Amino acid sequence: MRFLLVEDNIQLASAVVDRLTLDGHAVDHADTISAAHACIAAASYDLILLDIMLPDGDGRDFLAAHRRAANKTPVIVLTARSQVSDRVGLLDLGADDYITKPFEFSELEARCRAVLRRQGGVADNRRSFANTVLDSMAATLSFDSTERNLRNRELRLLEIFYGSPGQIFTKSHLMDRLFSFDEEASENAIEVYIGRLRKKLEGSAAKIETVRGLGYRLVAVS
Amino acid sequence: MRFAYFSAALTTFALSLVFSIGLGLSQTRAYVIEDHRNYTWPGDSSILRIISTADVNVFEPIIVEFQRSYPGITVDYTIVSSTELMTALYEEGASFDLAISSAMDLQTKLANDGFAQSYRSDATDALPKWASWRGQVFAFTQEPAVLVISEAAFEGMELPRTREDVITLLRDNPERFSGRIGTYDVRISGAGYLFATQDSRNTDSYWRLTEVMGRLNAQLYGGSDEMITDVASGRLALAYNVVGSYAASRLADSPGIRILQYDDFLNVMLRSVLIPVTAQNPRGAGLMIDFLATLDTRAGLERLTNLTPVKSDLYATNSASRPIRLGPGLLVFLDQLKKEIFLRNWANAIEQQ
Amino acid sequence: MFWPAKSSIRRRLTVQLLVIAAALSLVFFLIVRVIADQAATATQDNILLASATSISDALYSERGAVTVEIPYSALSMLGTISQDRVFYRVSEGGRTLTGYDDLPLPDVAPRAAQSRFDTFLYRGETVRSVAVSRTVSSGGSNVDVTVVVAQTRLGLALISSRISFFAAIFGVLFFLVATALSLLAAQSALSPLERLKQSLQRRGAHDLRPVQAELPDELTPLVDALNNFMGRLRASLAQSEDFIAEAAHRVRTPLAVVRAQAEIALRRVERPENKTSLREMIRAVDESSRSAGQLLDHAMVTFRTDALADDEFDLAVVTKSVCDHLLPTAELKDILLIQQFPDTPCPFRGDAILMQNALRNVLDNALKYSPADSTVHIGVDSDDQGYRISFNDQGRGFGSSDVASLTQRFSRGSNVADIVGSGLGLTIADEVARAHNGRLEISSNPKGPGACVSLIFPQP
Repeated sequence: MRFLLVEDNIQLASAVVDRLTLDGHAVDHADTISAAHACIAAASYDLILLDIMLPDGDGRDFLAAHRRAANKTPVIVLTARSQVSDRVGLLDLGADDYITKPFEFSELEARCRAVLRRQGGVADNRRSFANTVLDSMAATLSFDSTERNLRNRELRLLEIFYGSPGQIFTKSHLMDRLFSFDEEASENAIEVYIGRLRKKLEGSAAKIETVRGLGYRLVAVS
Repeated sequence: MRFAYFSAALTTFALSLVFSIGLGLSQTRAYVIEDHRNYTWPGDSSILRIISTADVNVFEPIIVEFQRSYPGITVDYTIVSSTELMTALYEEGASFDLAISSAMDLQTKLANDGFAQSYRSDATDALPKWASWRGQVFAFTQEPAVLVISEAAFEGMELPRTREDVITLLRDNPERFSGRIGTYDVRISGAGYLFATQDSRNTDSYWRLTEVMGRLNAQLYGGSDEMITDVASGRLALAYNVVGSYAASRLADSPGIRILQYDDFLNVMLRSVLIPVTAQNPRGAGLMIDFLATLDTRAGLERLTNLTPVKSDLYATNSASRPIRLGPGLLVFLDQLKKEIFLRNWANAIEQQ
Repeated sequence: MFWPAKSSIRRRLTVQLLVIAAALSLVFFLIVRVIADQAATATQDNILLASATSISDALYSERGAVTVEIPYSALSMLGTISQDRVFYRVSEGGRTLTGYDDLPLPDVAPRAAQSRFDTFLYRGETVRSVAVSRTVSSGGSNVDVTVVVAQTRLGLALISSRISFFAAIFGVLFFLVATALSLLAAQSALSPLERLKQSLQRRGAHDLRPVQAELPDELTPLVDALNNFMGRLRASLAQSEDFIAEAAHRVRTPLAVVRAQAEIALRRVERPENKTSLREMIRAVDESSRSAGQLLDHAMVTFRTDALADDEFDLAVVTKSVCDHLLPTAELKDILLIQQFPDTPCPFRGDAILMQNALRNVLDNALKYSPADSTVHIGVDSDDQGYRISFNDQGRGFGSSDVASLTQRFSRGSNVADIVGSGLGLTIADEVARAHNGRLEISSNPKGPGACVSLIFPQP
């Protein structure tokens, strides 16, 4: 997917860019409203992440101009302001959702997914491995003309494996990706989800393999 | 200044008090009483002592009726002449509860000089304005000064309507009226003096009339009664300035007399009553004043006494009526110099021999 | 006059006007009395003088002796205005010619053609007297004759007291009329204040526009000051809001940076001890950002409940929008949100933003304390009594902690030490509920494990 991040704080921007890139997305960064306008003019984006307080103006003005131009690209506002005063105005101005700084990347992802789902999805929302296809938008796994529904965590876990097939992921890595930091989840919880996924993959040409002492990886059944 | 006056007045007052008490104790009375009656109310009663100039036959019916209206009051009735009444009250400080007199000037002087008490009631409030003075002197009858003539003497003659008529009549008929004219000797009669002074005040004709009467050898009288008697008997052809009520009371028993009222002006003398400061029964005196002030509501008494109660419509009955005004004007003719001069002039006019 | 600073202007104005009216009435009364007395005295003096003059004119000499013939009118004129007692004395060098010889003569005889008035006590009564002198030539020599005429003053006192009586009546009438007019005047003088008051009362809590009522000049400084003050207040409020927003921004942005970088670092480090410390760090960031956020939210809630907005909105719609927003958060934990709304609308008046914030705090709490793969029931019920918005979760409930104390500031359940939270969520919800005449109800879930938090509002 292609994101436009409008954010004047360089460190935060680079962290967000890093993170989204890590997940395989393409991200353009604009640190001012005028830069953002230039980006929109030059390319088309699946989603815009918009900060409110920008050096050359208010993000809400950009939002209003964006909507006036009948641009359908969804916008998620990143706000650091009080939740009480700004919220209603943001949605009225045409933001599709908002997220309060600081945010968990998984929540950002979830909101992005929810917004895109409402929009009707994007072109490259499917990944294939072996004879299986993972549809992130529909949250389904299909093979042999059968379709299995995935719950949120199952989907997110599969997305990790499908993003880098063959790569070994440690339990702790998976935990960090799957659970929020205030959840006191044990490594056993990962085993539970891995177990569920193995059941869903049963009969397909793909499987999650345990690499003893290291973690798990997605492999094709030979 | 004021203090000096005040203390002087106080001393005078105190002295006169001592003096009068001394007099009362040591001396017998000096005023002359004409008559005295006592209308005793049997049993418990208060005494009302009246000093009056009105004759018994005039006033007795009033006293009787009064006692019937207000039972329990014994009335002590002393008759004196108006000058004696003045002597008794003004000079001797005699004690009476009520003073009744037709001498308006003297009644006024008593009130003016502080010998009368004030009194007020619904009855006195209802009196005509001219019928009371200072709330001390109350008039209760009105008595015109009239001309009484012998019908026989005037046979075939036109009757006089005014004083000028009388003058003309006397001048034109000296032989008929010579020695047959009667009038008050104003030197001794209070009522005569009052009528004369009022006449002299009201008309210039008075002095000419007096002179004419003097030339015709007018007879002088001390009271109305004798004059009327002499007119009735034919000794007099006319009597000038007779008290109307007396004349009216004599009409029945004196055939041949006639009462004429002047058309130019008619002096109306007011018989009045006051409560002397020496009164010991002012309550009873007040009752009598109320009774007298409402005399006009007692038609029976009016007939019995021939008195005419004061009426507010006095002018309506005779437009020439002049009620003699109570008030300080009356004091003028009591002024000793004024009186001396008046009497001297009068005597010169009436005694021309 | 000394007034307590708080006493009403109307009363003050009225009392002052009344005091003035009373003083004027009294002055009026006294002046009329004095003038009346003087006029009556002057009238009496004139008549006395005329009387004395006419007596002195009647003096003449006869046979070497001074004599007088008092004119009738000299005394009768004194009887025309009143029924007062009259005294007179004509004396020639101390010897009384006629009249009352105890009537005092003036110490110094007035000169010819002049008169002397005096007031003194005579025969028990106060009398007013006049003395005039005239020289009469008698027997070849000139003789000074003094004429004194005196009169008691009863009639005068009567006239004076009658005038005083009418003056008093007019004084009282004047006072009554002045009273009525004073009340009207006070009313009308204060009516601009009344208008100002109403114009201020009519406006809403957030209306800080300048007052523009038509007011008299005297009130202009007050209104200017008021407008000035409101301007400053407006600026100050805007500043407060800006400050809170700015504070939030300042606190959260760096935290966001730290958190984002820590999360990325967490994916890159391999050693377990490094991972553990990074997790600890992220937890700390979450804790402080959440605390800061709730503190700022609470500040805004307190700020807004002081002057509640008066919006019309539908409680079910607001609740649904809150659920929609938190749906992605719930999905992260595979928590199912089951929403139940009535078929009929739920109209409500109040502060929509506060309501949204309160509901969000309660649902946020419910999600935080719910385990993965659980369900949260959200229901809006409406009946004759009012509305009940309830949140039932399958979390650990409130355990043994005192339910009533949970809504107090910074109070957290005794069994939630391991979960990030500042303890202000329920406090905010409670304050918002109370600001809308409602209440917050906390109980253990009757249908199994978990807690039930309800916001209850009476029917508007």
